[in-house]
Order: sequence, then C-alpha cells, then structure tokens
Amino acid sequence: MRSVAAIAIIARLTLREAVRRRLLWALAGLTVVIVTLTWWAFSRIADASPITGPVEMLGISQVTVMLAFMFSFVLAMTAVFAGSPAIGPEIESGLLLAMLARPIRRSDVLLGRWFGLASVLVVYALVAGYLELGAVDLATGYVPSDALTAPWYLAGEALVLLTLAVVLSTRIASVAGGALAVVAYGLAWMAGVMGGVGEAFNNDVLRGAGTFSRLVLPSDVLWRGTAGALTPPESILTAGGIADASLYKFSPFSGAVPSLEWLAWCIFWVVAMLGLGVFLLRRREL
Amino acid sequence: MTTRATATAETVAAAGGSAAGGSAAGGSAAGGASIETHELRKEFGRIVALAGLTMTVPRGEVFGFLGPNGAGKTTAVKLLLGLSRPTTGEGLVLGAPLGDVAARRHVGYLPELFRYQGWMTAREVLALHCELAGLPRADWQPEIRAAIDLVGLADRADGRTGTYSKGMQQRLGLAVALLGRPNLVVLDEPTSALDPVGRQDVRRIIGALRDRGATVFLNSHLLTEVERVCDRVAIVDHGRVVSELTMAELGLERGVSVRVTGLDGVGRDLAAGYGPTRVDGEWLHVDGIAEADVPALVGRLVAGGGAIHAVVPTHHSLEERFMALLGAPSEPAAGIEPAADGPADATPPSTSDEARP
Repeated sequence: MRSVAAIAIIARLTLREAVRRRLLWALAGLTVVIVTLTWWAFSRIADASPITGPVEMLGISQVTVMLAFMFSFVLAMTAVFAGSPAIGPEIESGLLLAMLARPIRRSDVLLGRWFGLASVLVVYALVAGYLELGAVDLATGYVPSDALTAPWYLAGEALVLLTLAVVLSTRIASVAGGALAVVAYGLAWMAGVMGGVGEAFNNDVLRGAGTFSRLVLPSDVLWRGTAGALTPPESILTAGGIADASLYKFSPFSGAVPSLEWLAWCIFWVVAMLGLGVFLLRRREL
Repeated sequence: MTTRATATAETVAAAGGSAAGGSAAGGSAAGGASIETHELRKEFGRIVALAGLTMTVPRGEVFGFLGPNGAGKTTAVKLLLGLSRPTTGEGLVLGAPLGDVAARRHVGYLPELFRYQGWMTAREVLALHCELAGLPRADWQPEIRAAIDLVGLADRADGRTGTYSKGMQQRLGLAVALLGRPNLVVLDEPTSALDPVGRQDVRRIIGALRDRGATVFLNSHLLTEVERVCDRVAIVDHGRVVSELTMAELGLERGVSVRVTGLDGVGRDLAAGYGPTRVDGEWLHVDGIAEADVPALVGRLVAGGGAIHAVVPTHHSLEERFMALLGAPSEPAAGIEPAADGPADATPPSTSDEARP
C-alpha cells in the first residue's frame, strides 16, 4: 500500500514536471498545427481526386497510414527523449539521493517515473490520434476499418519505446540510451517490413526474422496493428476487387490487426522489462 | 542569503511539528545506540572503499565522522542510509537493519552532492519531502514554515531552486533533512558551500538538534567545524575506524603562550603551578591552564620581573590530534582544512605533544 502511494507521488511529480517544463503545452501546440495541416492537405487531395470508389479509398487509406507512420515516429521520439533521462541523470546529479533516503524504494521511483511519462504519452497519442482521424474524415469522408482502436495501438507502441528507454536509463547515459532506443526502433520496423515480405512471398527465413524481431522489441506488432486498423473495411476492398492480400502485405505501410497472443506478448514484454529495470536499478551503486 | 537564520531548541523542535516518530524504528533506539555497525565492508570491483567499519553512535550525541579524502566516509554514509549495499558486514540504524525502508521515516539526510528539482520552489521541494516522508498533511505547512525560517530561506522560499546559489541549495538541503523531527540527522559535508555566517548557523542548528535529543552524524573533513560541535568523533582511514573517542578523550586541552623577556630563565619555575610548561626562545607555553588563571599567571610573571609582550591562547587542535592518529606530520595535508583558530598576526611557535610532560 505504501509502495502504491510512493509510486503515485513520483508519477504526480513527473506529470507536474511535464506541465511546468511546458512539455504538455508544446505537444498541444504541435497537435493543433499538425491537425490543421492534415485537414488542409487531405482537403486538397479530396478536391483533386474525389473519393468515389474502393481504389480511391485504398489510396487515401495509404496516405492516412503514412500520416500515422509519421505520427508514430514523432511519438516514438517523444517517448525516447522523455524516457532516456528518466533515471540516470537524476542519480548522477544527486537528485535521487535525497529522495531515496526517504521511506521509498528504488522500484517506486522507476515505476512512478514510468507511469507519469506513460500518462503523458497515452493522452497525447489518443487526443492527437483521434483529432487526426477526425480531420481526415472531415476533409475526405474516409473512415478506416477500426478508427477507434488505431490510436490505442499508437499509444501502445509509444509505451513499448518508453519502457525500453526508461530501462536503458537505469544503467546507460541518457544520450547513449536514447540513441540505442532509436536505433532499436528503426531496426524493429525494418525487420517488421522484412517479415511482411516473407509472408507475402512465403519465405520462412524472412518471416522468422520478422517474428524474432517482434518478440525482442514488439513496437512493430503495434505499428502493424495501427496500419491494419487504418485500412478500408474488408468488405469495400472485396467489393472493389482488391482482394490480393499477400501483395498488399508487401507494402511497408501495410498492416494487420495483431492477434490476442501478440497483444498479450506486448503487455508481458512491458511488464518484464519494467521488472528488469527495477532489478538493474536496485543493483546500481548510487 | 538575505535572512539570518536563528536556531534554538524550540525552533528545531517546531521544525518537527507534531509528527514525532512513534514507530518501532524511531523508538527502539531510545537509550541505546542510533547507529551500530560491525565490520561493514564495501568493494567496488577490486577497489576496497570500506575495509571493515565497526562503530557505535550513541543516541542523542553529535558524532563526527572524520577522515581524509578517499577514506570511505561517504560510502559509509550511503551504506547507513541504504543507498548502497555492503559487500559484507552488518549494521543497525535506529534499531533496524541497514536499508530498512520504514526506519528512514526517522532519518534526515543532507547529501554531499545536494541538488533539488530546479523547476520547483523551495516550498514545493519541502512539500514533496513531507509527502515522501509520510508526514500527515496537516503538519506540512507548519513543518515547512519552521524549516524555512530555521535555515534562513524565508525571503527566497517561493523562488525556483534552479536560480539558487550553491549555498542556498545547501541551506535548502538542510531544511529538507530537518523535516519530520528525525531522530537521526545525517549531514554529509553540510557546510561545504556555506559562507562563515552560514557555517555558524549550521553549528547553531546542530546544537539545537542535540538539545532536543536527536543524534547528529556529521561527516566532514572540516576539522574546525567538527571540533566545535561534536561530542564524539570517529577517525577513519583506509576504510577503517582508527580511533573513536569523545572530545575530552582526544585531549583538546587549552593553554596559553606568553612572550616574556627579563626573567633570566626563571619563567618556567614561576609558571610551574599552572600546568606543564615549555620554553621556546622568548615564548613560554603553559598547557592545561584554566582561562580564569591566565591573569594570575601574567601577574606572577610581571611580579617576577618579566616584561610581557604578548599573551596568546592556544590549544591542541583536532587537526593536530587527527594528524597524529593518522601518523602524518602535523602539517596541513591534502584534503584537510587546517583549524582556523588562533590569531593571525601573533602566531607563537606551535604547541606540540613533545612539550607535554
């Protein structure tokens, strides 16, 4: 009970810091700008090529997925830059010494920091994600197959990267940890694309590489979930004669709603990594 | 620093508000030792930071923990506070094993490397630590007010700590350490960033903590500070306690040096009744003389035909004892600040142990 209270104290402290350092305001301002630009750009596309059939709808869905990919990149960077200085610099500066001499545990600090940053990222991903999809709908009338779930996949992807960055920050300098997390994110995405190619061409080696990569860092599972949720409804694609799913998988912006097993793995991965972070922080000399 | 801090037993008690500790950890040390360690050892790879620390810090005393740089002082403090784990050995802090989370409720700590959230005000930092310490919310405001007044930060309490000077940050750290009426206050180099006025304030605060029965563990290499406030000291070197003594046992007795001429060698005889004497040129040294007896000694020397040129109080400084215990020559050594006592412009030849009978 005391531990829960301590985690809540640190999480609130992290949120206050985000507000006081104007991180939330910066994200809100950027969201307004991006949503406005999205509405403007999609309006121009719709004006130039009105969406009258499945082919146009698939086209606009691919632009939407590309937009989501850019947003997921911004989210990933935000997660990494927020998470990589979460622990290490606070130890090195001495900030944590006075706090850890209080009746709290190191795990409380790590989990509190994670929950605080995770709250910021989830709220940002959901608010910005829904506003973006709303802007697309307003400009083009396009509503993806699972618009309600897509921003949650984006938020999940951000949480995976936040977790990686926070765990790295227990032992590695923030710059190095941040760079490592960004590289890992890029590699995971590329391996995911390779896995997609493997599935499209039924190549076990590439498929296996994609699966292995998703097990190691499941951010691509959630990215593919986002892309899958943003495609047009299956019935429209079938009606339009665009039914060759295997070719569609070849696209780097293709996706598939993840199975429950994969979603469970993502949750397990985050929990296990936080456990590893607690273990590493406990063993670190202050 | 714009406000002079004033510390009394009452104000230090007020800094604790009504949040007096009543738990087992707080109460179990009553009448016993606040800290007990047995053969605490800490290794960092091949480096032995602490070779085997065994010591006892009695409850209610101001305990000086001395040693040269690299002796293992800060490592020992971190072990006591559970910020680091011993490689071997064991210890109790307020009756609880090292690292016990609940016992930390009754411990205040000013780290050597002090830094607080730069985006917060001093009041907010103190409120955060009230919350972390688990103090009842009703006590926060009186606690915070008293602590701020005590360390002299009232004028800047609503400013962001990121704009504070190092001295102000250290004052804030001291205020943080005093929250919650701790039974044990661990101060790691508490005056390293303070001006002379600030150092005096810290001495006063430490004295007030002792008056209300708290134990103060003072880790410092500023021997003058330690000499002025401590009841007992442990001297560590190479990770071991080489001596643990009360200040009286350290023999920091005072004396007087008199520059006198015209006595034709009988000065030592005239002063013999006042304590061990030694003559060094025109200087006559008398150890252990009571301050009240100095006028009588001077009168006797004058009556004996002596001409008095100077009368200088002296004492065996902690530094001298410290260097002797470490087996080092009694010169200011690297990392050790010399005692600041004594006149600057009429320095007599130093008093040494060899002059003692």
